[in-house]
Amino acid sequence: MEKEYEDIPGTFVFDADRSREGFHLNMFCISLSKAENRAAFNADEAAYLDGYPLTGEQRESVLKRQWNRMLSLGGNIYYTSKIAANDGITFQELAAIMSGATTEEYRKMMLEGGRSIEGNRYKSEWGQD
Amino acid sequence: MAKITAGVGCSHVPAIGVAMDQGITDQPYWQPVFAGFERSREWIKQAKPDVVILVYNDHCTAFSAEMIPTFALGCAAEYQPADEGWGPRPVPVVKGHQKLASHIAQSVILDEFDLTIMNKMDVDHGLTVPLSIMFGQPEEWPCLVIPVCVNVVQYPPPTGNRCFNLGKAIRRAVESYDEDLNVVIFGTGGMSHQLQYKRAGLINADWDTKFLDLMTEDPVAASQISHVEYLRETGSEGIEMVMWHVMRGALDEDAVEVHRHYHIPASNTAVGHIILENKD
Repeated sequence: MEKEYEDIPGTFVFDADRSREGFHLNMFCISLSKAENRAAFNADEAAYLDGYPLTGEQRESVLKRQWNRMLSLGGNIYYTSKIAANDGITFQELAAIMSGATTEEYRKMMLEGGRSIEGNRYKSEWGQD
Repeated sequence: MAKITAGVGCSHVPAIGVAMDQGITDQPYWQPVFAGFERSREWIKQAKPDVVILVYNDHCTAFSAEMIPTFALGCAAEYQPADEGWGPRPVPVVKGHQKLASHIAQSVILDEFDLTIMNKMDVDHGLTVPLSIMFGQPEEWPCLVIPVCVNVVQYPPPTGNRCFNLGKAIRRAVESYDEDLNVVIFGTGGMSHQLQYKRAGLINADWDTKFLDLMTEDPVAASQISHVEYLRETGSEGIEMVMWHVMRGALDEDAVEVHRHYHIPASNTAVGHIILENKD
């Protein structure tokens, strides 16, 4: 099926294909909403992850906190942000990391009106196919 | 007879709730955000709704990847503020109007809107932040609340058109309920924002302003905005704005705008807010 949103740059649209790929990754993430699970994860991340059938890549991306890679492997931001919250990273700090800016640069950009839509509508504007 | 008298559109940015819970709304960063809500709080004190129908999205709290209802209606007696990963918000328990909620469920299902019925559900910032915005920090929420959850996490959400027509069906349901009740409907979420990947931080103030104008002047046209336009022009999370059409569909087409507020930023998001009243 053609996806008319695939030409938007710097964006993962969390559709059924991504949801299917990321199901176990996202279920792991959401488990961190519970305090007792956060404690268990923080005590031994690798052992905690053994309870979820993640792919090797998904597992590595979690352990290394590769936020964009998690998204590329079917993670959804509302889920992966639970790991960030557990790590004490604010949503704005996480957004800065994902977009390749420092926290200060990102905060300044937002105070100045956010990332402009100009030049950010189509992948072709980013020199991508 | 119960009647929907007004609608409120507003963002439900979690950081707004955090700012209130931490008592930092007077800080220079937050002051202009909350200044625009002062009039709203005065307005709702006068409006005195008995019931608020609150259209919002759950952020993988009550629902997870295991279960994704497109529309879900809360029919419970009460709803606990959820722990979203950093403890529940210190806000009152949300109390429902079970009889009206069940009546709405029956009415809209027979009207061919096949909602999921929730008899137990925790509510996250999507629901509690709009209550905080409008009512401040009371000991108890001053009205009963009927939650309407819309899936906007997994693509595709329902279309704007479908949301608009659900609003109309909710209105028919409310107006066929015998008890005299003043009902206000909230549509929440947005405005432009993207929380993920390299385009995070996207804001489109011109588009948002056009959307707010259409909310007042041409709600039918607003309801026809395509999903790909939301995604491209307002960011991947801007598509939450489909939920505003449920609110707008429940009002008269010529409802009057009595208040508007728009501010950038709150955390990663443009904050938008509008209050619309039916004429009589």
